[in-house]
Amino acid sequence: MSLRALNLVKEKYPDAFAEQYTDRTGGAWGVLKADSLRPVLSHLKDDPQLDFKLFLSMDAVDRLQLPESEPRFEVVYFLFSVTHNEHLRLKVRVGEENPEVPSVTSIFQGANWWERFIWDFYGIRFGGHPDLRRILMYEEFKGHPLRKDYPLRERQPLIPERPIRDIFRGPGTSGTA
Amino acid sequence: MANAEEREIEEMPPEEDSELEAHLNTRRMMINLGPSHPAMHGTVRMRVELEGETIVRADPEIGFLHRGFQKSCENVTWNQCLPYTDRLNYVSAIMNNLGFLKAVETLIGLEIPERAQYIRVAASELHRMHDHLTCVGAIGLELGGFSAFLYAIEARELIMDRVSELTGARLTTTFGRVGGLNRDLPEGWNERVYKTLDKIHELLGEVDGLLTANRIFVDRTRGTGVITAQDALDFGFTGPCLRANGINYDVRKAKPYWVYDRMNFDVPVGQNGDNYDRYLMRMEELKQSEAIVRQALKEAPPGPIMVQDWRIALPPKAEVYGTIEGVIAHFKLVMEGVPVPPGEVYDCTEAANGELGWYLVSDGSGRPYKVHVRAPGFAILSGVHRMIEGKMLADLIPTFDTINMIGGEVEQ
Repeated sequence: MSLRALNLVKEKYPDAFAEQYTDRTGGAWGVLKADSLRPVLSHLKDDPQLDFKLFLSMDAVDRLQLPESEPRFEVVYFLFSVTHNEHLRLKVRVGEENPEVPSVTSIFQGANWWERFIWDFYGIRFGGHPDLRRILMYEEFKGHPLRKDYPLRERQPLIPERPIRDIFRGPGTSGTA
Repeated sequence: MANAEEREIEEMPPEEDSELEAHLNTRRMMINLGPSHPAMHGTVRMRVELEGETIVRADPEIGFLHRGFQKSCENVTWNQCLPYTDRLNYVSAIMNNLGFLKAVETLIGLEIPERAQYIRVAASELHRMHDHLTCVGAIGLELGGFSAFLYAIEARELIMDRVSELTGARLTTTFGRVGGLNRDLPEGWNERVYKTLDKIHELLGEVDGLLTANRIFVDRTRGTGVITAQDALDFGFTGPCLRANGINYDVRKAKPYWVYDRMNFDVPVGQNGDNYDRYLMRMEELKQSEAIVRQALKEAPPGPIMVQDWRIALPPKAEVYGTIEGVIAHFKLVMEGVPVPPGEVYDCTEAANGELGWYLVSDGSGRPYKVHVRAPGFAILSGVHRMIEGKMLADLIPTFDTINMIGGEVEQ
């Protein structure tokens, strides 16, 4: 699908990709090295042949329970080119120790909140982000809830909860304690 | 009191026309809008720094409605995620349901029956109208046009009646299943929908007449909440908010899914990127959606609404009670869920507010490993400060209306 774009990037930056593959549904993926992330993304945005100006979204995956779990985190980027009608899927892999990825907020302003989201839920830092605060959880929250080792039923109420014995909330409970 | 006023006047600097150019000591003021405020749709807290009536800085703070959507989905089967998707954009729940299902089906590599595709298109468009009517009505309401709101909400109520006949629920529809639909169109439903659409057409005419050329409405929306096309793309605007800037991107046209390539409809494109254009986009899309619903219902062929594969669809009850294969299929589907082979996919549909994207990762266990939702409202809200900073506080209200932010999808 977006193989053309990936090949064009490869011509300009031959060493940028750690890996390149096509998933089962036909989507082409480029796995970038962390240090080439910012130059490649600004090239993708500014080159008229590529013209990936629409920043769709980004997120992270904790690969702790997947067969291939090294390095532990993957940050994924989705861009779209309106002129060429193409989606682009990019990834950056980052290890468990002090995970940090360069911020792309200065290239795409839309990355600002998504990077805060990933910091909030996965604990991945973004070097050079102007305002890396939690976005959905509150500042007093401890841990990063979408990591696979964060317990599903952990509760961290900001104000003390009254004990409720007969209600069990959320998935993973079968109606009993 | 009179004495105090006199003294004030005496102390004023003796300038010419001093009563016309009164010197006022102003200082910046921080005010909180929300999280519980009628103009803050849902539960967004907006910290606004004001200088007089001008907004110097605006900082939206979200998270009051966070429910752990992703974490919940990772711990249930694929079909059990559906009720959670209802609650993302609760004004057009069907579009979330079906968008999610489409992504899962792409991940499996599944082609759903033609009739199901037609019904999905019709149901989606019906809910797109529902979403736009709510938005247009709310714009009218908050700019002082209460009658327009009542007409829009009456039309919305009619759609809700049809939706509840179709799905059994007014808001949380949980419509469709992986591989097709959970129920077919009810008896005589098409005729009732046509009648409803006629009535909505009439009501929409009223709303149109009350707002579109209304001097007060136009003055308050035209030229306010402006964003440049460059910024809109940068922040990831999609849907009517992007098209109001003159950028023609609609997933239904760019990457047609289901049977959208057979539907006759136009995508309206604006040019100014202001509140008025965003309002016009929604009004025009309402008319286009109406045509799509009529066409899809008319052209829907008879046939099955679910794939005939008992690993994905529940077998008919006669099979379950009569054959061992039926029992096994039923048991495995209920206990283990739909088998989705390991892999990953990014897939998108056009929801009422823009591109609804899903990035799904499966490890083959029957439960999602990762469910990322690209909610259109998240990107739009992250850019809203660019539309209101340096403008008047009163412009914040129509801007917040026309971007149609939905707390449920933004805060997951």
